[in-house]
Amino acid sequence: MHKNLKIIIWVAVALLGASAISAIALNRGESISAMWFIAAAACVYAIAYRFYAAWIAASVLVIDETRATPAERLDNGRDFIPTNKWVVFGHHFAAIAGPGPLVGPTLAAQFGYLPGTLWILIGAVLGGAVQDMVTLFFSTRRNARSLGQMARDEIGPIGGAAALIGTFLIMIILIAVLGLVVVNAMKHSPWATSTVAATIPIAMLVGFYMRNFRPGRVLEASSLGVVLLLLAVVGGGWVDHQPSLRGLFDHEGLTLAWVIIGYGFAAAVMPVWLLLAPRDYLSTFVKLGTVTLLAIAIIVLQPHVHMPALTQFTDGSGPIFGGKLFPFVFITIACGAISGFHALIASGTTPKLLGNERDIRMIGYGAMLLESFVAIMAMIAATVLEPGVFFAINSPAGVVGKEAVDAIAKINSWGFAVSVEQMSQLAKDMGESSLFARTGGAPSLAVGMASIFGSAFGKGMLALWYHFAIMFEAIFILTTLDAGTRVGRFMLQDMLGNIWPKIGQTSWMPSVIFTSALVVAGWGYFLYIGVIDPNGGVNILWPLFGIANQMLAAIALCVATGILVKSGKLKYAWITGLPLVWLVIVTSTAAWQKIFSEDVRVGFLAAANDLAAKLAAGILPPEKALVAPQLIFNQQLDAYLTIFFVVVLWVVIIDTFRLIGSYLAGKPLLPITEVAHEPSRLVENWVRD
Amino acid sequence: MFKKIKLFWQAIRRLSGDDAYEQYLLHFAHHTTEHAEPLSQEEFFKQWQDKKWKGVKRCC
Repeated sequence: MHKNLKIIIWVAVALLGASAISAIALNRGESISAMWFIAAAACVYAIAYRFYAAWIAASVLVIDETRATPAERLDNGRDFIPTNKWVVFGHHFAAIAGPGPLVGPTLAAQFGYLPGTLWILIGAVLGGAVQDMVTLFFSTRRNARSLGQMARDEIGPIGGAAALIGTFLIMIILIAVLGLVVVNAMKHSPWATSTVAATIPIAMLVGFYMRNFRPGRVLEASSLGVVLLLLAVVGGGWVDHQPSLRGLFDHEGLTLAWVIIGYGFAAAVMPVWLLLAPRDYLSTFVKLGTVTLLAIAIIVLQPHVHMPALTQFTDGSGPIFGGKLFPFVFITIACGAISGFHALIASGTTPKLLGNERDIRMIGYGAMLLESFVAIMAMIAATVLEPGVFFAINSPAGVVGKEAVDAIAKINSWGFAVSVEQMSQLAKDMGESSLFARTGGAPSLAVGMASIFGSAFGKGMLALWYHFAIMFEAIFILTTLDAGTRVGRFMLQDMLGNIWPKIGQTSWMPSVIFTSALVVAGWGYFLYIGVIDPNGGVNILWPLFGIANQMLAAIALCVATGILVKSGKLKYAWITGLPLVWLVIVTSTAAWQKIFSEDVRVGFLAAANDLAAKLAAGILPPEKALVAPQLIFNQQLDAYLTIFFVVVLWVVIIDTFRLIGSYLAGKPLLPITEVAHEPSRLVENWVRD
Repeated sequence: MFKKIKLFWQAIRRLSGDDAYEQYLLHFAHHTTEHAEPLSQEEFFKQWQDKKWKGVKRCC
């Protein structure tokens, strides 16, 4: 293409992006079209990918497309396989995109749409996508080693241990909070509960089909499963109208929590082919299909966002979770902007398929941009709701009151219009008995998605769309829960195996049962407390998860920065160093506030002391006094856990500083573990010779 | 047009692992020198699936 034409096109993209961002930033009207969000995101991603990512690939990492990748050198036809770049992209995206980017933006919408949207865009292009790409590159150059191994080899044993422990703890908190999201979506909803329950036998049927009936016919089995899932959504509506069946699926949150704990244990002990693998196929297909459908619906229907750009809750008084805009918007968005977890996929898993280094930009950077786009859509789906409705669904009973009238009065007093009739009509449309205090983000996202889809296909389908959206979220939350429990089990077996080798045998049944039980007990405890907490639990667990996840991202960035410096690229170390500094500021500030803040809705210790004082004074209502000792203990435990996270983080940072200091002083370092150059045989000869 | 649809279908099969056994047989034919028998489809699928689920495969 003519050079000048290219320049004109990119200038046009930049101008469009700048005006879209100004439009969403400066809008103070009643509502704003969601198209501005899509335009802003598309332009920011295009410019970042074309210029920043390309520059990092060419000048900082110095990608060498003539160099053989581990997939080529170690090709064994099973786990190391050079694979088409689009297929690798698909695998990588399916692995990194979980429920996080859907839940985080929904919760962060309490500050208004603007702060979350900006961070999803800026955080992804300067932080998350850089982290994923750089980690993918370093792991590719090191025979697809995992993040933990790279940390140990390049920084030292302390970094390695920190990465391992960090991963394990995030897993525990993540599963607990996701379990809570599902429980809150199913609470007293026979339709949702029966649909989600039906996904379990459906997954097993699919598992049998592809293992025994028609071995390896993955697509046949999955198509059958997806059809059955859709029938399960319709069938749930039928169950809801049968008085005799209804009661079987109408449960309190606590009962559902115990069921999920039992299910999680069973799933971790069962062979993967029976439940985990088939469920994963179904959830991947449903996820990709729904996300695509949502993108099309938003672009075609151009819904209007009704949430204000900023709400008064930036001062820290928000009902969904306590804490000021800084640092909590960053902690809450988490995965949609930067997620430490991705570094685990980008190292170890994806490099084993990568056919050529030149695809690293598209897979590492590109897949994260797509994930960020999913987060933008979640933000749109949450903010198309009237703000009053959004707060009525997401505010816990402990903040706004148990009775509908009290909750409405409270929400009206914040200046958001909503009425009891409006909420009961909405619940009726969605086929639910009530939508008040459905914390966790899934129900409000489902209402948002249902109203977007519903405006295309007619209002009569609203209840179906709502429960489809709930099923869609539940199925891959449960996949994360199964997969996470299993990974936690493997890690625990690995760690305990150092003490008692027998327990390290992953197939020894007593060890499997023992370690699975320990992992399930770990997240089950937090889930249990989350359910009995009248403030909803999400306001405690999600920030804890966010801090842990951002801490892991900081560890990954430490490893990347350390390797850049060791490779003699000190002048470029800022590409990972800047996001690292920002994450350390955010995580440390958030952790400090969660531990020491005087505000009982922010500080764990303040909350524990406040509750203890109220309990001692005897002013708590009896049902709250009953659970108060457990809540007090839990708040203290959360404080210690947060202290632990910060200590782990700072140990790794100091270790990285030590490394950089030694480098600058010219002292000996651990050797670079990059594998020697070997020419690729997959590229054409003229490139190689 | 037909070629594009075929490519797309191949990509879906590759992505989902539907053609994993065919890939394995291809690799086997090209790389194995000794006169060993390849695994049956059932046996291969079992090993492939169990292997696929070791380690972190899904995140948040």
